[in-house]
Amino acid sequence: MHMHKFEKIWLIFGIGALLVFLTVLGVSAFYLGNQPPSCLATINPEKVDTTAPFNEPGLKKVEGKDWDYELVYVAQAFAYTPGDIEVPLGAKVKVIATTKDVIHGFEVAGTNINMMLEPGYISEFVTTFDKAGEYLILCNEYCGSGHHMMASKIKVVK
Amino acid sequence: MNTLNAKIDRRDGKLVMAHFYVAFIALAVGGLAGLLQTLVRSGKFQLPAGIGYYQILTVHGVVLGLVLTTFFIMGFQIAATSRTSGTLSNLQRKLGWIGFWVMTAGTLMAATMILLNKASVLYTFYAPLQAHFIYYLGLTLVVVGSWLDGAAVLGKYINWRKQNPGQPSPLITFMAVVNTMLWIVATIGVAATVLFQLLPWSLGLVDRVDVLISRTLFWYFGHPLVYFWLLPAYMAWYVVIPKVIGAKIFSDSLARLSFILFLLFSIPVGFHHQLMEPGIDPAWKFLQVVLTFLVVIPSLMTAFSLFATFESFGRSKGATGLFGWFKKLPWGDARFTVPFIGMLSFIPAGAGGLVNASHQLNQVVHNTIWVTGHFHLTLATAVVLTFFGISYWLVPHLTGRVLTKAMNKLAIYQGVLWAIGMTFMSGAMHAAGLLGAPRRSSFSEYGGAAQATEWIPYQIAQAVGGTILFIAIILMLYIFVNLAFFAPKGEEEFPIGEISDHAEKTPMVFENWKLWLGITVLLILFAYTIPFIDMIQNAPIGSKGYKLW
Repeated sequence: MHMHKFEKIWLIFGIGALLVFLTVLGVSAFYLGNQPPSCLATINPEKVDTTAPFNEPGLKKVEGKDWDYELVYVAQAFAYTPGDIEVPLGAKVKVIATTKDVIHGFEVAGTNINMMLEPGYISEFVTTFDKAGEYLILCNEYCGSGHHMMASKIKVVK
Repeated sequence: MNTLNAKIDRRDGKLVMAHFYVAFIALAVGGLAGLLQTLVRSGKFQLPAGIGYYQILTVHGVVLGLVLTTFFIMGFQIAATSRTSGTLSNLQRKLGWIGFWVMTAGTLMAATMILLNKASVLYTFYAPLQAHFIYYLGLTLVVVGSWLDGAAVLGKYINWRKQNPGQPSPLITFMAVVNTMLWIVATIGVAATVLFQLLPWSLGLVDRVDVLISRTLFWYFGHPLVYFWLLPAYMAWYVVIPKVIGAKIFSDSLARLSFILFLLFSIPVGFHHQLMEPGIDPAWKFLQVVLTFLVVIPSLMTAFSLFATFESFGRSKGATGLFGWFKKLPWGDARFTVPFIGMLSFIPAGAGGLVNASHQLNQVVHNTIWVTGHFHLTLATAVVLTFFGISYWLVPHLTGRVLTKAMNKLAIYQGVLWAIGMTFMSGAMHAAGLLGAPRRSSFSEYGGAAQATEWIPYQIAQAVGGTILFIAIILMLYIFVNLAFFAPKGEEEFPIGEISDHAEKTPMVFENWKLWLGITVLLILFAYTIPFIDMIQNAPIGSKGYKLW
C-alpha cells in the first residue's frame, strides 16, 4: 500500500511522540511509583463500622511506616465521617476510605487526591500536604439527591 | 459499481427519515434539559414543579448520548449503504423497520420511567443505585433495535459482495460495516450487565449486584460507544466532504486502514474510565492506557488525509504559498463549513483526551467538569455539527426538496453560533474542572468553602454558553422542519466522493473479516481476561439496591 512521503514523515513523527509520551507515563508509574489508587483490598460494606480501621475514623499518628499519619474516612449518603479535620503542614499522610452504601467520589479539590469509593472495596492514596490552607473534600460521583451537599474539609495548619 | 443509486429509493428514504424524526425530537428535549442544567448551576435559577436536577441530567444524557446518536447513526448508515450498495431488499427494509420500532418503544419506556422519577440513575446506571426495571428494559430494547438496523446494513453488504466477487466494497458501505461490527462487539458488554445483573436485580429475583463487574462491563461498552459516535462523522469527512468541495478522496486504502485500526483499538480500553477505582490492578490499567493511545495513529492519519484533500483542492484552483489553499475552500457552503467547525474542535478535544486517558494526569481531572467540557467538544461539537452538516443535504435528498440559499445561510449562522456558545461553555468547564469543580452536580456552595466560590463565575459563563447553544438548537430544528416539510421541491445531491487518480488499487485484505474480528477478539481477551477473573475471584459481598433520589 502506497503512502505519501509527507504522510510517512507525519506518522513517524506522531508515533515517535506517542512512544516518548507512553514511556514517560510508564517510567512515572513503575519506576517512580506514581500509580493511580488501586488498593485491591475488600471489606464487607455492611460491617464497615465494626471493621478496623473504619471503626475509628479520623487522623492517627503511626510509627515505623513510610507515612507519618493515617487519615481514615467513612462515606455514606450524603456525608463523610469525620467532618472537618486538621492536618499538620508537611505531614505525609495515607488517606484510607470506603463507603457504606452506594458509590461515592472522594476528591480533595486543589490536590491530587481523587479516588472512587465503591461498596466492598477500600481506597487508599499516600500524599504529602505541603501547602497550608483549607481544602474542600467533595463527592464527585453521582450518588443521589443530596450528592452536591456531600462535603467535608481538611485544614492544613503549621 | 453497477448498484450505485444516484438517488436513494423512496422506501429506504422513509425508513431513514423515521430515524431522523426521533433523533431531532431527542435534540429538542435533550437540548432543553441541557439549558436548564446550565441555568440551575449558575445559582440564579431553580427548577419549577419539584423537578429534580438529577432527573433532567438523566434526560439529557439518555436522550442526547444514546437516543439522538443511535437513531441518527442508524439512519445515516442505512442511507449510505442504500446509496452506494443498492436499495435494501424487502427483508432488509423490514428488519430496519422492526429495529426502528423496537428502539422507539424502548426509548418511550425509559423516558416514562425517567419522567416518573423512578430512574434518576443517569445513563451510566451506577449500581447499586437501582432504577425501575422498565428503565433498564427500555434501554436494552434500544440496543436490540439497533442490532436489527445493523443487520439490514450487514445483509446489504453481503449481497453486494456476492454480486461483485473480488472487488472492494464501496468505501462508505465498508465504513458503515466497520462501525456496525464495532457497535455489535461493544454492546455485548452493556447487554451482559443489563441482562445478567441489573434486570434480575431490579426485578427482585436476586438481592445483590457485583458493582465492579457491572461497571467494568459498562465501560467495556462505554468507550467504543464514543467511537461509534465518531466514525459516522469520519465517514462524512472522508467520503462526503471531498465531493462537496469538488475534490477527490486522497486514498481509499488509507481510509479503510484507519477504520480497521479504530475497530481494533477502541474496545480493549475501558479501564481508562476506571483508573481511580480501587479494585483493578494498576498494571492492567496501564496496559489498557497504552492500547487507548494507539487510536492516536488512525486519528493522525485522518487529520492528514483531510487536510491533504483540502490543500490539493486549493492548489488545483491555483492557490499559491503555504496557506493560500485555505482561502479557496467553499466557506459559503454550509455542507462544508459546519462540519469543518467540528473538525477544528477536534484538535483541542483530542489534546484534552490525551490528558484524560493518561495514567497519572487523569487523577487531576477525573469526574471534574473538565471531562464534561471534553466530550462537549468531541461529541457535542465535532460529531454533532457533522451530523447537522449531513442533515443539510440528506434530509432534502430524502424528502425530494432542496436546501435553499436562505437556509444555507441560516445553517452557517447556526454553526458559528454553536462555536461561540461552545467556546464559552466548554472553555469554562475545562477551566473550572482544573480548579476541582465536579461534574454531574447541582449548584452548591459547599458550605461556603472558598474553593467552591471560585467556581461560580465559570458556572455563570457555562449558563451564557448554554443559552447561546440552545438558540443554535432552535435554529437547527427550524432548518430541519423546513427541509423535511416546507423547502421547495427539487433534487438535492447525496455527495459521494471519487477516489483520486493517484491512489493505488485497494487491497482485498480489508474485507477479510475473519482476520479483523479475530484480532479484535484476541485484543479484548488479552486486555480483559485476567483482570476479569481477578474481579470474580476476589469479589466482595454484592450490594443491595438503593433509591437515594
